[in-house]
Amino acid sequence: MTQDYRPGGPRHRLLSVLVENKSGVLARVAGLFSRRGYNIFSLAVAPTDDERFSRISIVVDVESSPLEQVVAQLDKLINIVEIVELHPDEAREAELLLVSVTTDASQRSQVIQLVGVFAGRIVDVGQDAITVMVAGAPDLLDDFESLMRPYGIAGIQRTGRIALPKLDTSASTATANIA
Amino acid sequence: MELTGAQALVKSLEMQEVEVIFGLPGGAILPVYDPIIDSPIRHILVRHEQGAGHMAEGYAHATGRPGVAMVTSGPGATNIVTALADAYMDSIPLVCVTGQVATSSIGTDAFQESDTTGITLGVTKHNWLVTDAADIPRIVREAFHIATTGRPGPVLIDIPKDVATSTMDWYWPDGVDLPGYHPPSQPDPAAIHAAAELLLAAERPVIYAGGGILKSRASKTLRDLVDLTGIPVVTTLMARGAFPDSHPLCLGMPGMHGNYTAVTAMQQADLLVALGSRFDDRVTGKVSAFAPRAKVIHVDIDKAEIGKVRRPEVAILADCRLAIEALVESLSASGPLDKGRLEPWIATLSKWQAEYPYTYDRSEPEQAEVTANGTGRRPTLKPQFVIERLRALTPPDTILVSGVGQHQMWASQHWAFEYPNTWINSGGLGTMGFAVPAAIGAKVGRPDRMVWAVDGDGCFQMTAQELATATAEKIPVKIAILNNAYLGMVRQWQHMFYEERYSEVYLSPDLPDYVGWAEAMGCVGLRVETKDEVGPAIEKANGIDDKPVVIDFRTDSMEHVFPMVPAGASNDDIVVHPSQRLRESEVSQ
Repeated sequence: MTQDYRPGGPRHRLLSVLVENKSGVLARVAGLFSRRGYNIFSLAVAPTDDERFSRISIVVDVESSPLEQVVAQLDKLINIVEIVELHPDEAREAELLLVSVTTDASQRSQVIQLVGVFAGRIVDVGQDAITVMVAGAPDLLDDFESLMRPYGIAGIQRTGRIALPKLDTSASTATANIA
Repeated sequence: MELTGAQALVKSLEMQEVEVIFGLPGGAILPVYDPIIDSPIRHILVRHEQGAGHMAEGYAHATGRPGVAMVTSGPGATNIVTALADAYMDSIPLVCVTGQVATSSIGTDAFQESDTTGITLGVTKHNWLVTDAADIPRIVREAFHIATTGRPGPVLIDIPKDVATSTMDWYWPDGVDLPGYHPPSQPDPAAIHAAAELLLAAERPVIYAGGGILKSRASKTLRDLVDLTGIPVVTTLMARGAFPDSHPLCLGMPGMHGNYTAVTAMQQADLLVALGSRFDDRVTGKVSAFAPRAKVIHVDIDKAEIGKVRRPEVAILADCRLAIEALVESLSASGPLDKGRLEPWIATLSKWQAEYPYTYDRSEPEQAEVTANGTGRRPTLKPQFVIERLRALTPPDTILVSGVGQHQMWASQHWAFEYPNTWINSGGLGTMGFAVPAAIGAKVGRPDRMVWAVDGDGCFQMTAQELATATAEKIPVKIAILNNAYLGMVRQWQHMFYEERYSEVYLSPDLPDYVGWAEAMGCVGLRVETKDEVGPAIEKANGIDDKPVVIDFRTDSMEHVFPMVPAGASNDDIVVHPSQRLRESEVSQ
């Protein structure tokens, strides 16, 4: 049986969680997941423009427990202010990837060409490898990762998904916002 | 006004109208104990921190007010974790203050340091590590607010020693600012309407009343709903007393050791009205076989409980009392209700009640058998008989406290509860050793009431040192030990499911000498070995109001709790008392 382990697959759902910027909040969130047997696929956290709050983007593996139950339990944490599920269709998602690719001189130009296609940047060059940074939608990074795999990956680190809701581009709303 | 952090803490507790603190001092909490001398708040010095926690729970159970416990860092804090976990499971409002090493020492493995907020993360509703004395009034106010609102629960405030000794300018906050905390209160009218429609259409409805009825003080409102609709009620282990056992529509306790009618009524129901109950595994048995034909209305203040185990047809996220009031109002608006359609259902239930009451073998064996260790004769006194006599000889509003095990089930089964908050036990966590300290806490909160604990001999030994606390503080609780010389419930499981291979369950009836123990702790100790001695001993205990009393009832160790739904089995496979089994086969034919 094939299962979809890719980010964005049905197993993985993205929660954007606004939390009070207090010490120990991340431990509360992580502790809740572990003691209730929920799985985190990825997690990214940083302060928002309002220094009182941080935003945690959590990709939840819903195989272990229904998302509704995860959200309801999370919502009971006093320091959590708001939880929004961001569907891929309704959000702009991004992720950052750093990957060290082993390349000998003969293959290096092919790799550099692919880095160009994905609008990546070479951040380090060694004798037998180069390190590339690519930012973009998570599925784009998946594709890049698969393309690099045949060359040999010496090291890889992804940040986990972050996202914001898509903006409304309809004319009437835009006018209202300006007003 | 400049105060130290310690003074600010004690003053904040006074602002919250705390009347009693259960605690035990130590190095890191020393600064806070100094201003306690000058405070009008009563402090009860316990003998072990777990006792402080359970006393605070007993106090909260009996009064509906938050219990307060105070202990030191490290072992003081870890010793109270059991009580916090217990309060978390049973939604008991508790505020626990712990001392902590100085902020400069945190993380250095200092003497009596423990990561208290980390350890208690999973067993508190919220906790705080205070880093600035100026935060103390705000945090205390938040702590009491969180502990007592929404789904109540324990909270913990961890105060480093240097924070307690530093100074701050006293203030008292007007309110709380908790942007992430909005407990529900009023129900959604559309959901109430949908629930009312199901109630009016049901032919075999059952109200499944849980601990939320007591937390929301909804006993009277529940009675209004029952009187209006004629729907029968089961009261879970946490809700015993929330609806009077004497009411003709009270079916008693459901669940693993619930009575046949309560269990079977839920199985046969076409509608379950869950009010502040959480579909606990001890109630549902095998979930997939639980109440298979029932639609469910689930009222709860905790959104995470709704749909956690069983998906309801109608979910009402609200305070239980407000939801029942809205339901009563909605149902009353459409004129008098036709209760006639429930008559066949009520008749069926009455038939079950007549055929399958709680029962036990009342005749004592002719010959006392030799005990397991071969040294004495097996007592023949039935534990159920002791509870029946206790009920008959005590005031109707007596507060009954229990530990965990067979005695707990017999107490819940054979005691007739008439009033809310008269039954105190450890339901969710199942904490042995709960009874003695919880009874002390209850008596502190309700000195006007008679407080009896029914305890097992195994449980009693876990926390009985608190009898010294009771004597020293003049708290006249009464303890009935149902001494069957075994860890009885474990023994019952080994009898039924492990081919009578009794592994590590024998305790001995004589070790310790319970009467000697009681007397050593300044209590009156009595021993009862025969039926005839039961009544006089209880009456003697009832007459003693200046010191605690312990009665060592030597009971039949072979007695089992019935009915029983084996763990993991369907509630349809309930095992009734042996004397009822013949009748059961006749009924099924």
